[in-house]
Amino acid sequence: MLIKTQSQGYVHPVASDITPLTVYQSRRDLIRLMATGAAGAALATWAGREALAQSWVAPGQQAALARAKTSVAGALSMEKVTEYKHASTYNNFYEFGTDKADPARNAHTLKTSPWTVEIEGLVKKPGRYALEDLLKLSAQEERIYRLRCVEGWSMVIPWVGYSLSELIKRVEPLGSAKYVEFVTLADPKTMPGVGARVLDWPYVEGLRLDEAMHPLTLLAFGMYGEVLPKQSGAPLRLVVPWKYGFKSGKSLVKIRFTDRQPATAWNKAAASEYGFYSNVNPEVDHPRWSQATERRIGEDGLFAKKRKTLMFNGYEAQVGQLYAGMDLKKYF
Amino acid sequence: MTSAAIVGLLPRTKHWGLHPLAKPLVFVLALLPLASLVWAVVFDQLGANPAQALVRATGDWSLRMLCVVLAVTPLRVLTGSPALARFRRMLGLFVYFYVLLHLLSYSGFDMGFEVADIAKDIAKRPFILVGFSAFVLLTGLALTSFNRAIKALGGKNWQRLHRVVYLVAGLAILHFYWMRAAKNDFADVLVYAAVLLLLLGWRALRFINK
Repeated sequence: MLIKTQSQGYVHPVASDITPLTVYQSRRDLIRLMATGAAGAALATWAGREALAQSWVAPGQQAALARAKTSVAGALSMEKVTEYKHASTYNNFYEFGTDKADPARNAHTLKTSPWTVEIEGLVKKPGRYALEDLLKLSAQEERIYRLRCVEGWSMVIPWVGYSLSELIKRVEPLGSAKYVEFVTLADPKTMPGVGARVLDWPYVEGLRLDEAMHPLTLLAFGMYGEVLPKQSGAPLRLVVPWKYGFKSGKSLVKIRFTDRQPATAWNKAAASEYGFYSNVNPEVDHPRWSQATERRIGEDGLFAKKRKTLMFNGYEAQVGQLYAGMDLKKYF
Repeated sequence: MTSAAIVGLLPRTKHWGLHPLAKPLVFVLALLPLASLVWAVVFDQLGANPAQALVRATGDWSLRMLCVVLAVTPLRVLTGSPALARFRRMLGLFVYFYVLLHLLSYSGFDMGFEVADIAKDIAKRPFILVGFSAFVLLTGLALTSFNRAIKALGGKNWQRLHRVVYLVAGLAILHFYWMRAAKNDFADVLVYAAVLLLLLGWRALRFINK
């Protein structure tokens, strides 16, 4: 039967099914041409915004990943996108070494296929989900998010994925589920950093269920229009744009629904320095450094002043209500 | 030790260290790290976060120069080459030079030259305090590295004062250790600590055996 009911799951068409890649790209070229003023001043302003939103070039490093435009509020930053060469070489992924350059050097050993994600705990539909099925579970979208690292630097990255809520709705959490725990891969054979004494392995992160259900919380499979490079957390990772980057676990293997707050990796390593929430907050300093400012990688010149860090990384309008009435100094 | 005194102590064959070009050569060599950093800035070779790369690189070179200057006396004694003493002051001032670059990089790139912010940071972060203390101590040594200052202090006092560099070595290692403690990654710290321990240990043994 051609008509599909809700329970069978509606498969959204992806952009690439509708628009051939070459047509899509030539449209982008046209917009860029317009932005340069060739089409007249009146259109240039509008086109400039469009061109800015697409100011990066597909790096051609990984397989292309089709994606549609997002309708999620706040999910398309208009800021200048960080260059791919920076986003893919300046990484914190301690499983491959603690130096920022280590992941790009060492992550080639990671085997991303076959890959399954185990859904367990307080859900109606636990089980092992194959990557192929997860990729198709919902329409992938492009989301341009600011990424703020707890260390005081930031990037703007065009991710590809869908809201984690799509997956959560599909597996039907029980009423008793209050938190979601994310377990990432810890394979000493392919990850030279696993075994270093800096953290307990595997790396575990967690969110409150309502945080996990927020439409901005992204299950990402790609960036810059392509499949995630291994050093960025292939084949799938979390992106929670209003929290410090370490909350966004890479190379996920398990998603567990629980009724108690998960013991997260950095919190276990240094509870006074890294709280469970770890929302970006310029008013709550890290015990060892200020969080009031940040350096935008590749953009703020060597002698430029660092930029001010925004409350909830600039996503306060979208996520502020999640923390209404909470003392954010206490729940940092 | 003045040049005349050194010449008096020399064996008959002329040491390379006494060649008129030896000092300029060492001077140029000590500037090579700076040249490599300038090169890297100009040709954008410092990666995604050049500011941080410069803060770290100037810190690394401060430590390396400290090791070099503390190696002068052991080398002089062990190889019987009094001429090496000619380079000690210049190398010591190069330690200060790289430490100054390190401090300037931190103050400028990390703190935007905001004095109030720097003061707060020194109070807040013990490893910054330790690093800054080392800088203050080295400033005292740099300011007394002129012939007139040595004369005014008197040789014995001057020598006593300049033993503060041993304390600076300890502070520098503590500063580096603390910086790396967040990542529990001490491989590099251990290398520098071992070298400095060797250089200071040699002095301690010599003092005991006197």
